[in-house]
Amino acid sequence: MNTLTYWFHKLGSPPTFHRIATRVEPWCLALALALGAIGLYGGFVLAPRDYQQGDAYRIIFVHVPCAWMGLFAYAFMAVNAFIALVWRIKLNEVLAMASAPVGAAFTFVTLVTGSLWGKPMWGTWWTWDARLTSELFLLFLYFGVIGLHNAIEDRRQAARAASFLALVGVVNLPIVHFSVNWWNTLHQGSTVRLFGPSKIDASMLWPLLLMALATHIWFFASVLARARAGLIELDAGKDWVRKLAQDDAS
Amino acid sequence: MRPGSTSAACAALLRRDLLLVWRRRGDALTPLLFATIVVALFPLAIGAQVQELRPIAVGVIFVATLLAGLLALDTLFRGDYEDGSLEQLVVSPHPLALLLACKIAVHWLTTALPLIALSPLLGELLFLDPALRGLLPLALLLTTPLLSLIGAVCVALTVGMQRSGMLLALLVLPLYVPVLIFGAGACNAAQMGLPYLAPLLWLAAGLVLALVLAPLACAAALRISTS
Repeated sequence: MNTLTYWFHKLGSPPTFHRIATRVEPWCLALALALGAIGLYGGFVLAPRDYQQGDAYRIIFVHVPCAWMGLFAYAFMAVNAFIALVWRIKLNEVLAMASAPVGAAFTFVTLVTGSLWGKPMWGTWWTWDARLTSELFLLFLYFGVIGLHNAIEDRRQAARAASFLALVGVVNLPIVHFSVNWWNTLHQGSTVRLFGPSKIDASMLWPLLLMALATHIWFFASVLARARAGLIELDAGKDWVRKLAQDDAS
Repeated sequence: MRPGSTSAACAALLRRDLLLVWRRRGDALTPLLFATIVVALFPLAIGAQVQELRPIAVGVIFVATLLAGLLALDTLFRGDYEDGSLEQLVVSPHPLALLLACKIAVHWLTTALPLIALSPLLGELLFLDPALRGLLPLALLLTTPLLSLIGAVCVALTVGMQRSGMLLALLVLPLYVPVLIFGAGACNAAQMGLPYLAPLLWLAAGLVLALVLAPLACAAALRISTS
């Protein structure tokens, strides 16, 4: 077995993952907070006013990274759900289920900040625009996954069922997005593009990207924390958890 | 048809399910009553004038059909799960997806088809635009099988649960969104004199896709929840 597969197998075992996650998590949290603080300072104080939207546009530094994270968390959940269903790896079941509440929270923040942004710009808290609607249904999909996971008693079966639902959602999400797009559109187009020039000035772009980085790291810290708790709950009867508890008590 | 072959198993399953519905004919009427009552509540809530009801008639009928289908979904596997025959289906040597497709077909025939037959009456209750009298049943004919197929996947996931009603709604309704948009969208476009063929074709394409994929997904989900 070469080193890479060896490490992969080792990381998949709950005790090893728990040990590494415990060590990595505080660093992730600290880094996310530091980057987030710099990003927010850059966005709220250093970046210039928008010629059209004034200071109101500054909510973009929270809104857009959270919207990206809502989708990223779903993709992360779906990849883990796929691995969990195909190879039945316990760790991936736990990771998929750990990312669902975090992704739901990011989606919720996206909806709230978007609504706060919409009031001064569009004159209304909510419109039935394509992007808003698909974001809303993304949130409902998250709630479905969380609800199904909570409703089944057997934890591993619950994780597998919820993982399956997450995968069904992956098929459905583009269709929902396409159909509501066809149905109604008012939201402004994408400002930042991966390919080709972005429609945003560099002085506004760097805080945005920094915030995106911070939310990604925050997401991983949060998922690691939830996955640790989930693993301990799942392996409650195992030796390594007992040893952990004894070490903690002494 | 040789006894023991897959086609014989499907025929037996179809016959059994249809017979079960026939023996409890009263239960089969409840989705119809439910949809009628839901539709009848709208004039009471927003006023009985033609100009108030006509613009929303299509939407209300679609949502009422969707909710009636949602309530009926619960019965798809419940009886079979409780008496153990569902597990026999899962362990049988025949392809599970095909057997489930038969069950879904019977479910659609007995819950959705009567609703489509009732839809002209529901339309009259809400003063539906006379131009839509032909289109509405056609749109429902394309949407309801999709609803049954997508719903069956979610029911299969919740099959062992005691009280799955509200959770089922949470799982199923987000998945119904595109179907609702295209189905009601076609009728609304026709009402405004716009071309309405494209959404109907999209629905038909989705139906073909779901006919193939949904029974397979349903079988996989059922294997997870009965394991």
